[in-house]
Amino acid sequence: MPWTKIYGDKSAFEKAAAESDVPLRGITYAEALREAQAQLLRDDERVFVFGEGIDDPGGVFGSTKDLHKEFGDERVFDTPLAENALTGIALGAAVSGMRPILVHMRVDFVPLTLDQILNHAAKWSYMFDGKVHAPMIVRSVIGRGWGSAAQHSQNLHALFTHIPGIRVIMPATPYDAKGLLMAAVEDGNPVIFIEHRWLYGHMGHVPEDPYTIPIGKGIVRREGTDCTVVAISQQAAEAVKAADILAEEGINIEIIDPRTLRPLDTDLIVGSVEKTGRLVVADNGWKYGGIGAEIAARICENAFGALKAPIERINVPECPTPASHILEAEYYPGIEDIVAAVKKVVQYGHA
Amino acid sequence: MTKENLTKNDLTKDNLIDLYRVMLKIRLFEEKIVDLYPEQEMKCPVHLCIGQEAIAAGVSAHLNKDDYIFSNHRGHGHAIAKGANMSLLMAEFYGKETGCSGGKGGSMHIIETERGIMGTSAIVGGGIPMGVGAALASSIKKDGKVTVIYNGDGASEEGVFYESLNFASLKKLPVVFVCENNGYATNSPQIARHSSCEIARLGPALGAASACIDGNDVLAVYDTAKEAIERARNGGGPTLIEASTYRWKGHVGPGEDHLIGSRPEDELVEWKELCPIVAFDKKLTTDGAATEAELIELGSVLAEEIAEAVRFAKDSEYPDVDKLLTNIYYESKE
Ligand SMILES: Cc1ncc(C[n+]2csc(CCOP(=O)(O)OP(=O)(O)O)c2C)c(N)n1
Ligand SMILES: [Mg+2]
Repeated sequence: MPWTKIYGDKSAFEKAAAESDVPLRGITYAEALREAQAQLLRDDERVFVFGEGIDDPGGVFGSTKDLHKEFGDERVFDTPLAENALTGIALGAAVSGMRPILVHMRVDFVPLTLDQILNHAAKWSYMFDGKVHAPMIVRSVIGRGWGSAAQHSQNLHALFTHIPGIRVIMPATPYDAKGLLMAAVEDGNPVIFIEHRWLYGHMGHVPEDPYTIPIGKGIVRREGTDCTVVAISQQAAEAVKAADILAEEGINIEIIDPRTLRPLDTDLIVGSVEKTGRLVVADNGWKYGGIGAEIAARICENAFGALKAPIERINVPECPTPASHILEAEYYPGIEDIVAAVKKVVQYGHA
Repeated sequence: MTKENLTKNDLTKDNLIDLYRVMLKIRLFEEKIVDLYPEQEMKCPVHLCIGQEAIAAGVSAHLNKDDYIFSNHRGHGHAIAKGANMSLLMAEFYGKETGCSGGKGGSMHIIETERGIMGTSAIVGGGIPMGVGAALASSIKKDGKVTVIYNGDGASEEGVFYESLNFASLKKLPVVFVCENNGYATNSPQIARHSSCEIARLGPALGAASACIDGNDVLAVYDTAKEAIERARNGGGPTLIEASTYRWKGHVGPGEDHLIGSRPEDELVEWKELCPIVAFDKKLTTDGAATEAELIELGSVLAEEIAEAVRFAKDSEYPDVDKLLTNIYYESKE
């Protein structure tokens, strides 16, 4: 299916589009996000988009570019630097019938808003026994590189997965970025929607008409028999490249992109591990208490007998992000780490 | 010399030259980064303070070596005015192990505890409560130190600013909040966020003294900071100083903002006319406090110091990769 595929680069997509029987419309991840918001603003008067600097010339890496010109600054607007209040303002608007989308350029600023997310948004439906609900989206961006250092390049997604009442979505393709953002707004719950900056330029097939993707459904990016690789967000793109290298050595991995971290598509992952007997989780977050730990626990609970080897997790080291590029290069996991982890798991017991 | 014409304060010729030297040092340091950045060897975001030098210079003139400063992402000038070692700064920006933070911090994370530079936060407003905490420590210890907290206009919108200023007033802490109002938070103009001098008005509202001044007039900064720092040191509690200024370069990096359409070029041109260094240079030479030749000579001495800092940075080694996992936790060195 063209929309399940991750294309390594623009030329790979263009090649696929040229060879395809059906016409493939290609746009970038950033354009897909912008298109989703534009269509939401167009079709649903409850939707508004706000955040620090969203109307500036860059437009949050292109993802909100010129939306204010199209929809007016009453529905698309810049704000003071007041993250916690902005989150509470989104929540208050949400419980009063609106569908706000609050945008943060970096996920590092979301911890300032944890009070409103964790103590308020997550609990507003439950605490009042469903009398109100909180349909609000917090879009934020993960980045890495160029010495952004400890406070500007964190991968904090797992932090939010700990909270009942919150949904955590991490799209890895342009198709998913659009479909999941539209689904998130429709869903009616507080959603933390985390994008990866390195994916913004990725091209993929995105239908022009609005569509949604079910929240909580993962996807098989590549079928394989030897080892399941659950790859989160940008790691899904890395895993696709690792798969080609491994295939040359006769190792066929099955790549699962869960797309949503809470709820998590346990059935899809368990089904795959029952087939392959092996699991590697590739994630840009920390290992300790991370999403890999949750996935590994679910496999132990549900597919313990199927495991032929210990589970491997790929993460950043247990430290903040360093600035120096020498240390930074050492910090981030990549294709080679996936290749090495898969080989280790596949060779387990054969050494 | 007619120093009375220059300032209410009793400034000697040396004091005046020092103010000039600090401003020029910051300017030349930042301009050096502008020159070198395209080499792409300085692999970290840099937030330059060209145009804003008078504020740190005028404030720091009243600080002792062991007084504290807390600052933000745009912290080079604050540190240099407090006497930071420029070699350690440059090496940090180059990601070298000899850098002030061992290469782990980059330009947004500067420290030199020996000079009271207690670390800079790149989370807007993040350093504000920390500065109040340092002042609280001083008031408990009665060590006579004053803390200066530098922040931008944007930071005054964060809840933590109000919470911290209220606390500082309540406890009459020895702290001065210096708000460098450069009219922008990234590309967002102040008019999109609040009105002029509004920030200074928050001082009295929260029980603190306040002043709204021309941040490009180093003597105005000097006078106001003198009063505020004396007040802090004498148990009179906090002051909020709003100093208006303008950053000449882009929010981050050495680029020009008008070229990317985020602000008008005319505005930049107008503010360049109000250059704090050119204005003070004129004042010093007109009033006879210094000759043009003396000031030029001073500039070339500083340029050599900066060139030496760059040499040091470039010649230094990168950190060993096993440094990646050091100092995550404090470990007793005994
Ligand atoms: C809590 C938080 N929100 C947003 C940002 C992104 N950001 C970095 S600097 C900046 C603007 C800060 O403006 P101001 O305080 O006026 O300082 P200036 O850059 O103008 O010196 C913003 C929004 C951040 N680093 N931290
Ligand atoms: Mg500012």
